[in-house]
Amino acid sequence: MTRWSVAGNTKDGSSFDLIVVGGGPGGYVGAIRAAQLGMKVACVEADKLGGVCLNIGCIPTKALLTSALAVNQLAHASGHGIEVKDYTVSLGPAQERSRSVAKQLNRGVGGLFKKNKVTHIEGFGRLAGDGAVEVESEDGGKKTYRAGHILLATGSRPRSLPFLQIDGERIWSSDHALFQKEAPKSLGIVGAGAIGMEFADIFDAFGSEVTIIEALDRVLPVEDADVSAHVHKVFKKRGMRILAGARLKSSEPTDSGVRLVLNNSDGEEETLEFDRVLSAVGRLPNTEDLGLDEVGVAVGEDGSIEIDERMQTTVKGVYAVGDCAGGPLLAHKASHEGIVCVEHIAGEGHGGVDYRNIPACTYCHPEVASVGLTEEQAKEEGYDIEVGKFPWVGNGRALAAGDADGFIKVIRDRRYSEVLGAHIVGPHATELIAEFVVGRHLETTAEEMEKAIHPHPTLSEAVAEAALASLGRAIHI
Amino acid sequence: MATKVHMEALSPTMEEGQVVKWLKSEGDTVSSGEVIAEIETDKATMELVARGDGTLRKILLQEGGTASVGEVIGVIAEEDEDIGDLDREAPTPSGDGEDEGPRAEAREEPQEGDEEAAVGKKVPAGTAAEEKDTSVDGRVKASPLARRLAEEGGVALSEVQGSGPGGRIVKSDIEAALEKGPPAPRARPDAEYEDVKLSQMRKAIAKRLVESIGPVPHFFLTVDVDMSRAVDARARVNARLEAEGKKVSYNDIVLKATALALRKHPECNAHWGGDHIRRFHRVDLGVAVAIDDGLITPIVRDADLKGMAEISEEVRELAGRARDKKLKPDEYTGATFSVSNLGMFGIEEFTAVINPPEAGILAVGALEERAVVVDGEVVVKPRMKMTMSCDHRVIDGAQGSRFLQTLTAILEEPLVALA
Repeated sequence: MTRWSVAGNTKDGSSFDLIVVGGGPGGYVGAIRAAQLGMKVACVEADKLGGVCLNIGCIPTKALLTSALAVNQLAHASGHGIEVKDYTVSLGPAQERSRSVAKQLNRGVGGLFKKNKVTHIEGFGRLAGDGAVEVESEDGGKKTYRAGHILLATGSRPRSLPFLQIDGERIWSSDHALFQKEAPKSLGIVGAGAIGMEFADIFDAFGSEVTIIEALDRVLPVEDADVSAHVHKVFKKRGMRILAGARLKSSEPTDSGVRLVLNNSDGEEETLEFDRVLSAVGRLPNTEDLGLDEVGVAVGEDGSIEIDERMQTTVKGVYAVGDCAGGPLLAHKASHEGIVCVEHIAGEGHGGVDYRNIPACTYCHPEVASVGLTEEQAKEEGYDIEVGKFPWVGNGRALAAGDADGFIKVIRDRRYSEVLGAHIVGPHATELIAEFVVGRHLETTAEEMEKAIHPHPTLSEAVAEAALASLGRAIHI
Repeated sequence: MATKVHMEALSPTMEEGQVVKWLKSEGDTVSSGEVIAEIETDKATMELVARGDGTLRKILLQEGGTASVGEVIGVIAEEDEDIGDLDREAPTPSGDGEDEGPRAEAREEPQEGDEEAAVGKKVPAGTAAEEKDTSVDGRVKASPLARRLAEEGGVALSEVQGSGPGGRIVKSDIEAALEKGPPAPRARPDAEYEDVKLSQMRKAIAKRLVESIGPVPHFFLTVDVDMSRAVDARARVNARLEAEGKKVSYNDIVLKATALALRKHPECNAHWGGDHIRRFHRVDLGVAVAIDDGLITPIVRDADLKGMAEISEEVRELAGRARDKKLKPDEYTGATFSVSNLGMFGIEEFTAVINPPEAGILAVGALEERAVVVDGEVVVKPRMKMTMSCDHRVIDGAQGSRFLQTLTAILEEPLVALA
């Protein structure tokens, strides 16, 4: 018997080594990894496997963004010898395509569960104390399961502001935005984080007049200021209106839409009317109605479950990963936590989660990706830094692709040459960031990044050039 | 073309050497054959000569540092020649020299090939300076960042336990090491003990003695010799030698007597050869000499053919150079039999450990006046005990006893030697 096993698995299939509550990227990945490690695993999920990420998050938005990019590329078709006359765009088919992609992946997770012998228990799971999880099925029936270890991976949901109540009709959350068959004539987007910016890109491409309203002083406020400025410039050029530093005061329905009242960055009151408004002002952890209080699992002020470095909650044998256990709210962070958690349970030992090396990606166009510290943060932390910036116009492959807007910025610690941060805005930024992630994970210095030979002609050459730029000696600028 | 300065095998048994002193500094002009450093081997301090002309551009192993035979410890090149990454091959400046493991591996590597590749490769000038941090030891697994931190913080990577995959040293390991501060000095003045660094010689002694007491089946034979006549003889001989400014010690007498006895008992003047016993026709006596940090056995060649005065002078000269670590390898290797005398320390009797492949060693105790019974009466006589250690694979009890009988007879009645 392995060390994680509970004494005697009962024959009715109600006992497991590990029960995972939630089938999103934190839960299903943790469940599969645990099964690989030899545990008898069940995963409780009331909705579709794959969670927000697969069904109403990462994946379907990327499908829509691909459609949006295709629309935008039509503008350049003539340069490629393609004459496009009298075309129309409509969101409907693109939205349907995004659903089929999500469905395919959702089925994929089910297949992975079968392959790894993970039991999928349909229903809503709650802690019932002493290694028990009570599962309420759709018809209201309840059944109790037991496990030596319980992993909570219940995710998060869109936050609704008191003065911008999401109604699903005129005021949407991202959940609603994903299911639109038509682009509204005008769309106000409140919140210029990754979600807001990605939907701005999509709806702009499909014909909406988009206005982005952000309370902080710039779009993508968690990104490096140079990156924000660049994206701001490009979005404006595409015809979107951006109101940064604007405080939303109230919203009220009109005959056909929504009226927003805000204080703009100059402190002046402004009233704006939109057909629809998307609220993209953050997400809340799903930690209510899980029985946390009853069994003594501590929850922080922001509603997220408190965990230690092994993802264990304040109750022994109860763990939490992903959005429900705090930010950053990213699928890859959740998956990684899930793996770390179950490997620790199995006694495999794992290096843990390096929270300083989690990449962040925004898939609007231009794409944005970053890892590590921004220039501002590096200065705040007291590093003596050298900043290198390599513009895409210096890269042959980017020019050939007609996508040479933006740059790669590397922030290097002058003393030890550690790559403190990397920020990419431009072509395939979200793919290219991985090189910096690996480099940082292996604790490379800027010199090593440059010395590794990059293939020519590729976008990846710009990674090496940016490293060189941080050493003050880029070749192609 | 740059010439690398290698740690050379300066003695037949040398596996690693310690730089005692660089006789040339970086920037000095050197020519082929010129002595550039003093190296302490397992036996003695030897001279290392330059193998090329030019300027000593780089010293890679500082004084006191230890390197395996074959490792590059310096670079000789033209004054303005680009030596690229040649200076990256510095061996670990290991203070304790205890990490035999990695060294042994290093020797298995095709070193020649590596060197050629490195020499032949053109390396941009800027690289060397940037990369010197990785030179601490190519075999230590550490992240580039950890290496930089270690270098700047003065942390020896070899002393850090890596926490990364496969023991890889990562940033946090160095930060932890820096937080802990430098390692505590090994010996405090008021400590109950002192840890003394192992010299090459001490290591050799240990190795040899373990080799000996393990696989060599020793047995011991002790005799108690009446030295009355030897004392007389020595007084008369020294009276004669005084005019020439010479004199002989009791040890010289023992050496000469031993050499003569060995000539008569070649079965004891022999080596164990694994699959054979080699009996020598010459008598080359190893004489154990205590020096500062160990002992060494310089050899009096053909001791049986030399007069006591000659032996005396030779031993003094060899012992002097042994203490200065100036002996050449052939002056301390290849003895056919050895003598160790601790009489001067008042040791009454002791057993000595055989120095393989020699088959025997004679341990000589103090000459002292003792009460003995002669013809039913207690009388005081100068007596001296000697114990012979024999390798039973070569010498049997009777053989060893006969040899000691002969030796005793010579010492008790020196004229027997002329018989």
